[in-house]
Amino acid sequence: MATFKDFRNKVKPNWCPGCGDFSVQASIQRAAANLGLEPEDLAVISGIGCSGRISGYINAYGFHGIHGRALPLAQGVKMANNNLTVIAAGGDGDGFAIGMGHTIHAIRRNIDITYIVMDNQVYGLTKGQTSPRSEFGFQTKSTPEGSIESPVNIMEMALSAGATFVAQGFSSDLQDLTSLIEEGVKHKGFSLINVFSPCVTYNKVNTYDWFKENLIKLSDIDGYDPHDRTVAMKTLMEHKGLVTGLIYQNKEQKSYQELVPGFDTNTPLKDHDLKISKESFEQLMTEFM
Amino acid sequence: MINQLSWKVGGQQGEGIESTGEIFATALNRLGYYLYGYRHFSSRIKGGHTNNKIRVSTNQVRTIQDDLDILVAFDQETIDVNVHELHDKGIVLADAKFKPSIPEGSSVQLIAVPFSDIARELGTSLMKNMVAVGASSAILGLNTDAFREVVEQTFGKKGEKIVEMNMKAIGEGANYVREHHPDALNMMELAEADGKKRLFMIGNDAISMGFIAGGCRFMSAYPITPASEIMEYMIKHLPDYGGTVIQTEDEMAAATMAIGSNYAGVRAITASAGPGLSLMMESIGLAGMTETPLVIVDTQRGGPSTGLPTKQEQSDLMAMIYGTHGEIPKIVMAPSTVEEAFYDAVEALNYAEEYQCPVILLSDLQLSLGKQTVEPLDYDRIEIRRGKLLGDEDLPELEKGEYFKRYEVTEDGISTRLLPGTKNGIFHVTGVEHDETGKPSENPDNRKKQMDKRLKKIHHLPERFPTPIHTNEKHEEPDVLLVGYLSTRGAIEEAMERLETDGYKVNHAHIRLIHPFPGDELRRLVEKARQVVVVEHNHTGQLASLIKMNIGFGDKMKHILKYDGTPFLPGEIYKECKGLL
Repeated sequence: MATFKDFRNKVKPNWCPGCGDFSVQASIQRAAANLGLEPEDLAVISGIGCSGRISGYINAYGFHGIHGRALPLAQGVKMANNNLTVIAAGGDGDGFAIGMGHTIHAIRRNIDITYIVMDNQVYGLTKGQTSPRSEFGFQTKSTPEGSIESPVNIMEMALSAGATFVAQGFSSDLQDLTSLIEEGVKHKGFSLINVFSPCVTYNKVNTYDWFKENLIKLSDIDGYDPHDRTVAMKTLMEHKGLVTGLIYQNKEQKSYQELVPGFDTNTPLKDHDLKISKESFEQLMTEFM
Repeated sequence: MINQLSWKVGGQQGEGIESTGEIFATALNRLGYYLYGYRHFSSRIKGGHTNNKIRVSTNQVRTIQDDLDILVAFDQETIDVNVHELHDKGIVLADAKFKPSIPEGSSVQLIAVPFSDIARELGTSLMKNMVAVGASSAILGLNTDAFREVVEQTFGKKGEKIVEMNMKAIGEGANYVREHHPDALNMMELAEADGKKRLFMIGNDAISMGFIAGGCRFMSAYPITPASEIMEYMIKHLPDYGGTVIQTEDEMAAATMAIGSNYAGVRAITASAGPGLSLMMESIGLAGMTETPLVIVDTQRGGPSTGLPTKQEQSDLMAMIYGTHGEIPKIVMAPSTVEEAFYDAVEALNYAEEYQCPVILLSDLQLSLGKQTVEPLDYDRIEIRRGKLLGDEDLPELEKGEYFKRYEVTEDGISTRLLPGTKNGIFHVTGVEHDETGKPSENPDNRKKQMDKRLKKIHHLPERFPTPIHTNEKHEEPDVLLVGYLSTRGAIEEAMERLETDGYKVNHAHIRLIHPFPGDELRRLVEKARQVVVVEHNHTGQLASLIKMNIGFGDKMKHILKYDGTPFLPGEIYKECKGLL
C-alpha cells in the first residue's frame, strides 16, 4: 500500500519559503495515503497562480490547466473516469475571480470531486495585487489606497449555491486539514475546502499569527451541527467566515453522476465501447427516412 | 411533367410553418424525390414572418433554387415578402380567410383555398396546414395516400381519430383544388421519382450522428444558434450508448470540460458558433499545448459580435485557423455536403486522437440547418483509430518519483499517449512549456524541440486526407476555376452548369481540408486555369487570402462575395461570374 512518500516526486516547488501551500501539498499527500489510494488513482487538476503549480508537485496524474478553469477540466476528467479520485486545486484569484462562474456552477452541479482553494487573499505570482478575498482597505500594488471592494464571503456563497460539502482549513493545522481533505474525498458529491494559506511575501496583514489569533475551530463550538444549513450560515456570519472545520455537509443529496438517468457509475465511461452495432446504426438512420 | 420545382410555405413564426414543411417534405422523400430545404427564421419564438422553402427534384439538389414555383401563404405578409421570388407562371396557394391579394403588375396565379374553413368544418382550424399540404399535392399530381405514413407517425400518439381527421384535411385540400381549379392541375405535375429510400437531414444531424458512430460519448456545450441541434441530438441519443451531455455555464467551461474528458480517455466534443468560439480560444490553445485531443464544431453564422445569429456567413475562417494566441498544431475540416458532414465528424474524432491536437469541424448556417437528401450512410466506412494511445499494457516501473515521457520527441512529432489511471504511467500535463515528461521548462533548447515536435505533427495530413479538395475537373485548360468551401457547393455546381451552357470552360474546386492547407493540389488546379474566382460568404475574401498566402497567384484571382445574410443563389454566382469573365 502506498504511503504519503509515494505521492512525492522529485520536483522542487518554486514557492517562497514559509508559503502556506507547502502544508496543503503535504495534506493532500497524507490524505491520499490515508485513503488507501495509489498514485495512479489520483488526478490533481489545478489552475494558474502560485498555488496552481501544486499538480506538478504531487506524484499523481496532474493537469495544470488555464487560469480559472481547473473545475471544468476536473469535472470532465471525473465524468470520463469515475474510478479516479479527482482533486481540483488553485488559489482564491483562480477560483473566486476569473473562475467564479465555474465555481458556483460546479457547486450546483455536484459532480463528485474535491476542490481545494489555497486562499491567501492576494495575487502572488503577479507580484501582489488585490484579490476577491482581500479585506476592505487592503493595500496592494493595484489598490495603493486600499481595496474599495467587498471581499466575497465564499463559504456563505457556497451554502447559498447549494453546496453539499463546505469546509475550511488552515495551513498551520496539517492534521485537521488532512482529515478535512479525506472527508471531502469521501463525500459523494462536490466538496469545497477553502484553506487559509498565508502568502508570506505579499500579505503582511493576514499572516500566520493573524489567523492564529482570529480563527475559531468549529469543533470548539459546543454542539455545532454541520448538517444544519441555517446554523452553518449563522455561524459563518457571526464569525465573519473565520472558522475552520467542517461547516456543512448534506449526505442526502445524490451526486450528479448518480442523477444522470441510466449513467453507469461502475464502469468508467472511458471503458465503454466506441463502436456502435450495425443494427443500432440502421436504427439511427431510420429517424431521417 | 416537370423534374423539379420549389415550394415555399410561409406565415407567422409559431404557426406550425415548420411542421407543415416537414410533413410535406418527408412524404416526398419517401417517394424517392431528392429534396433541399432551407428555413428563413429570426431570433424570436413567436410572431414575425417565417418560411420554409423546399426544392423537390428527381436528381440530387444541394442548394436553393433561384425562383419559386408554389408559394403557400397563411397571411398577406407571406405574399408581400415572397411574391417576387415566384416566376411568371408561379402559383400562390393562399388561405381564403385573409382575403389574399396579389400585388399589382404580378402575373402569378392566385388560388385562394379556404384552408381555415375546411379545417374548421373537419374539427379544428389547427389543421389548416394539412389542408394546404393537400392542396399542394394536387398541383404536384401526387396521390394523397403518400402522406398517410407521415401523418400516422406525426399524430399517431394522439389517436386514430386525429390521424383520420388530418388525412381527411389533406384529402379535402386536394379535392378543393381539383374541383375548383382544374386548370392548375397540369401545370406542375412532377415526374415520378425512383422510390428509393434515402435520408433527409440537416448538417447538424449528420454531424451528431457521425459523432455517435465515431465513438464520442461525452459532450459539454452551451446553447447557441445555429449549433444547438447538435447538443439536442446528443442529449437524445448519447444515453443509449452510455454517454451523456452536460450543459455548461459558458463556452469556456464547455471546451475545457471536453478537454478534461478527452485527457481521461473519452472521445468528447463541443459545438458552438462564432461568439462561443471566441470564448473557446483559450481552451483551444490549451489543447494544442498539452497535445490533448479535442473536437469542436463551429457552425458559422453572421458576425461580428452577435451579428446575424440566424443568417448565413463564412467569416470565421481565419479565426478558426489562426485563433488562440501562440502557435499550435490544429486541424480545420470543411465538409461540403450533409453526407460529408457525417463522415467528417467520424474522422475528426480519429484525427484528434491520432494527431493529439484540436480539430475544428467547420460548418456554416446553410450546411448546418439546410436539409438535404443523403444516400444511405455506409456503416462499413466508419473506422475508429486512436493513434498512439496505449491501452492497459503493462508498463515498466518508473524510477521513484519520475514521470512517463508523455511528450517524448519522436520522428513524426507524435508521442505515446496514455490515460490517467494507468499504473507506472504517471506524467504531468501543463499549458506551460514543458519537457518530455511534462515538467515545466524554460530551457531554450527544450523549447525549440517541443515547438518543432508539436508543429510538425500535422504537416503530412493533406497527403493522407482522403479528399482535401473536392474537384470537378472537366477541362484541361479552363477559362475559370471556381473555388469555394462548405455549403456553397450546390450553388457553384449549378452556376457552373449554366456557364458551361453559355460556352465557358469551367472547373470547380471545393476546399475540404482548410488547415493544414492542401497547397500542392490546389496549385495544380490554379496553374491550369486562366482565371480563378473565389466564391465566399464574407466581406474581406478570407478564403482567397488564404489561398494567396499559401500558393500565391493573386494576379489571376477574383472574388464573388456575399455578406447580406442570405445564401448564394446559383443565378447570382452565374451572373457575377459572367461579369468577371
